[in-house]
Amino acid sequence: MIEHWRKSVLTVAGAALACATLLSAGPSSAAEKYTFAMITHAQPGDTFWDIIRKGANAAAKKDNVKLIYLADPTATKEAQLIQNVTQQHVDGIALTLAFPDAEANNVKAAQKQGIPIIGFNAGVDQWKEQGLLGYAGQDETVAGKAVGERLNKEGAKNVVCLDQQQGAVQLEARCKGIKETFKGKMEVLYVTGYDMPTVKARVQAKLQQDPSIDYIVTLGAPFAPTVLDAITAASSKAKVGTFDMTPRVVGMIADGKIQWAIDQQPYVEGYEAIDMLWLYLTNGDTLGGGGPVLTGPFFVTKDNAAAVAKYAKAGTR
Amino acid sequence: MTTTAQQPGVGTPRRQVQSQAFWRRILKRPEAGALGGAVLVFLFFYIIAPPFRQVPAFTTVLYQASTIGIPAVAVAMLMIGGEFDLSAGVAVTTSSLAAAIFATKVVDSIWIGVAFALVFSLAVGALNGYLLIRTRLHSFLVTLGTFLMLQGLNIAITKLITGNVATGDISQMAGFSLGQAIFASNFTFGGVQISIAIVYWFLFAALATWVLLRTKVGNWIFAVGGQGDSARAVGVPVRRVKIGLFMLVGFSCWFLAMHLLFAYDTVQSGAGIGNELLYIAAAVVGGCLLTGGYGSAVGSALGAFIFGMTTEGVIYADWDPDWFQFFVGAMLLLATVVNSWIRERAMRGK
Repeated sequence: MIEHWRKSVLTVAGAALACATLLSAGPSSAAEKYTFAMITHAQPGDTFWDIIRKGANAAAKKDNVKLIYLADPTATKEAQLIQNVTQQHVDGIALTLAFPDAEANNVKAAQKQGIPIIGFNAGVDQWKEQGLLGYAGQDETVAGKAVGERLNKEGAKNVVCLDQQQGAVQLEARCKGIKETFKGKMEVLYVTGYDMPTVKARVQAKLQQDPSIDYIVTLGAPFAPTVLDAITAASSKAKVGTFDMTPRVVGMIADGKIQWAIDQQPYVEGYEAIDMLWLYLTNGDTLGGGGPVLTGPFFVTKDNAAAVAKYAKAGTR
Repeated sequence: MTTTAQQPGVGTPRRQVQSQAFWRRILKRPEAGALGGAVLVFLFFYIIAPPFRQVPAFTTVLYQASTIGIPAVAVAMLMIGGEFDLSAGVAVTTSSLAAAIFATKVVDSIWIGVAFALVFSLAVGALNGYLLIRTRLHSFLVTLGTFLMLQGLNIAITKLITGNVATGDISQMAGFSLGQAIFASNFTFGGVQISIAIVYWFLFAALATWVLLRTKVGNWIFAVGGQGDSARAVGVPVRRVKIGLFMLVGFSCWFLAMHLLFAYDTVQSGAGIGNELLYIAAAVVGGCLLTGGYGSAVGSALGAFIFGMTTEGVIYADWDPDWFQFFVGAMLLLATVVNSWIRERAMRGK
């Protein structure tokens, strides 16, 4: 029995070791002068965040810096990641202030060590008060307001705002922005993550509960096609618009199934966040002139979908 | 391995004395409590939420329930056999990723992708069972390990092969429409659209019930979960039954994965996390004991139905969405309490 045990333990340990060596054997260029950390509140396996990461990688490659990418969608864990990279003594941090209060202490600790920090994507209202050097992203409230005005123009009366991450400030800001300018009735519907049958069933239930809903705005692009399914299943006539994009959504906009997508250009967000750190460290530069560096909002509609489609397909827009 | 012709006591511990009244025998079934809970939740939402009363609403509820219920049937059988599988939720995503990636990047054929995913899912199940038997650890730990490993593999392999974190759209490939007809079609019955997933769910629950109650294998499963050592002593192939049960969970994950793939065309590699607990919850609400040896397949279906009614009912009732998860949790707790109350009353009565 003990022999038996030892054998299986050895097998498992051996396999784990082999994996570890395999993973750590990535190329490491000796000439990299700085190490930057990028910390986000991404849900693992989300297309949007993958595009941000691609932008960050492109900037890191061009600037010849080493990039550590870490992500966790919960407030406490994202805050812990800041502490983790501070202890690694990285040369700069680019982070999303999705949970500004939870992150504040660890941001302060990193600043005390003299690590420059750039905010991006989330926290457009908080980055200044936390003393960040700059911010790259979309002003979510402004984007929400733009959506509200568009809904007015299209004559919507009863709108559902589909939020996939309850409590994340940048998503709440979008809904709040819509509410500020939109003249009709708006309600928020929460779903949890990417479990598509649940998303479909919940939207279907909402449409059956209130048949007068005539527009659904999704705060994440992967949800838009599923919402369309739900609308068909509930035999509703509601239209769909979405924040952010995927190649599939761009195709559906070109086909006229989805009305529009509001693009914040995530690739540019990731790219600029890293590049701004590099400019600051090598030349003392800052961007934005005291305000945020805005990457959106930009409406993708049937008229310009074709031009965007080729970049979306390549996974960079 | 031979089995004795008459298995003394094994697998038939719940047979009641013949003279008992019919309704009392019904009440003593493991799923009786869940039936009571389901009726209660149904009446509750029927009274307070007018949109819940429409027939289309009922099919929406059933659809949500079926996507939990299909794996829950297999998970219930596994739990009767005395084991857990925490990897089931993520394994669904793994399976649909395996099919989509293999079909688009390796062979350019949907059907070979689907077959590959089946083999892969069964292999993951077999690995779970094999590790369990080799290491003699609790299945909670073994499958927690595979759960985390699969979660990482889903993202890493997808990114490695496709360069993105979601699979490509397979809806343009040859054979897609047939696959959709088999796994994800909708048909109209009595003026409402019904997903075929609901039909499969009922079918699997019925099949599992028959296996559990009417076959030798069913007896083995109860015996293995109730008294593993005694079962082995009377000749039940304990290891084969356990590995088989894990592979059955693998099969159910594959089946749901194919439904998701053909219904939603692309798969996000981060999906599925957390669903394993819903499958286990459905089985437990449906009368399975956490300790094994007791439970039913119909019960797991009722458990999934309760969950479906609760999540959709909260929306039909138009309650404040900020409270959504709280209401779902509270309703589930209520259903479970009613469930065990009914069971205890039934067991106490002579």
